[in-house]
Amino acid sequence: MTAIAVHRIHLPLWLVVLAGSVLWLAAWFLALPASTWLAFDVLGLEPGTQLGEAVAFFLYDVPKVLLLLTGIVTLVSFLRSFVSPERVRRALAGRNAVAGTAAAAGFGIVTPFCSCSAVPLFIGFLEAGVPLGVTFAFLIASPMVNEVAIVLLWGLVGPQLTLAYMAAGLTVAIVAGLLIGRLGLERYVEDYVWKVPAGAVTIDEHITLEDRLREAWRSTRDIVGRVWPYVIVGIGIGAFIHGFVPTELVVQIGGPGNPLAVPALVALGIPLYSNAAGTIPVIEALLGKGLPVGSALAFMMAITALSLPEMVILRKVMKPRLLATFAGIVAAGIIAIGYLFNWLAA
Amino acid sequence: MKIIEVLGPGCANCQRLEANAREAVAQAGVEAEIRHITDYVEIASRGVMSTPGLVIDGTVVSAGKIPTPWTIAAWLTEA
Repeated sequence: MTAIAVHRIHLPLWLVVLAGSVLWLAAWFLALPASTWLAFDVLGLEPGTQLGEAVAFFLYDVPKVLLLLTGIVTLVSFLRSFVSPERVRRALAGRNAVAGTAAAAGFGIVTPFCSCSAVPLFIGFLEAGVPLGVTFAFLIASPMVNEVAIVLLWGLVGPQLTLAYMAAGLTVAIVAGLLIGRLGLERYVEDYVWKVPAGAVTIDEHITLEDRLREAWRSTRDIVGRVWPYVIVGIGIGAFIHGFVPTELVVQIGGPGNPLAVPALVALGIPLYSNAAGTIPVIEALLGKGLPVGSALAFMMAITALSLPEMVILRKVMKPRLLATFAGIVAAGIIAIGYLFNWLAA
Repeated sequence: MKIIEVLGPGCANCQRLEANAREAVAQAGVEAEIRHITDYVEIASRGVMSTPGLVIDGTVVSAGKIPTPWTIAAWLTEA
């Protein structure tokens, strides 16, 4: 009797996956012709005019970004079900500083992380014997170099900037991790953290392929459901910049002529957390208008790596001094990256 | 009598997991008590680092995921 109640009737798994993939591809290839047709034939706008270009930008970017998000987040969520933080912790405990820090930053890219997990993660790492600096490298890399940012950058701006962003993000995470490890700040971790009893656990992964796919799809709906309003707003702002803001203005304010552009963009990026998906269309439009690469990178990194809500949560496990050191080192690293890339590109 | 613990600071995913656990208990027809643990120290001391976590009779069965009611029901009946 219970067997009937527990099992649900549903379509074969391969059929669902196949149908989903076909639909996705069809939508992807139809997006550009459909948006052009909608903007210039249905709405009757003129190509080349300010309004026409802005509307076409909006109509093309919205489906493109939402499709990229849905497709890649599903794929990454599925792959992620094989790499849990519990496993990463086991891999990181007892490594030397440099190898451990680099590995932690690398793991940060692929490991799930949401700010509501930051505290148990921090306690869990330290209590398993992962050094403080290594823990920070993970904590910095994980939100900054994530799949949403990478995929959207790649799809909208291009592979070159994406690789630069990844390299810069990992460098900041590794250098900050090594520095924090070297500074010996362990006493500025809240005392109770060290008293948490060790609770190493190995979860029997008796979950099926279908469970993994289901979970991936659930977390995709969750993520896309949360970020899509930001994406639409971001693309709206991007479209406005694309159509109406003169290139000279962007170059004048954000260009190499203004030495304060990088720190100002970093300061602006801190309160803009969780809007990474919404920021990239703006970055895309600003780059098109001549914003230097370094300024763009610094802006994006500040948005993803430094966030006010996360700081508030981390205060539960860190004394103010450690929190300030962490924020200061990361901010300085991002600003340095911004100047470096602006100088390289000049 | 089984003891089910949902580990999580009270985020949306933790609420969903608790709801799934309740449904699983009803489906499996077992007697169980569901507790929600929100204290970070308590969560970390169970070895769970990605919330929400699910513990059945002291054993962590999942972390960072939201298993479906029927998956949880299967865990409840097999254990």
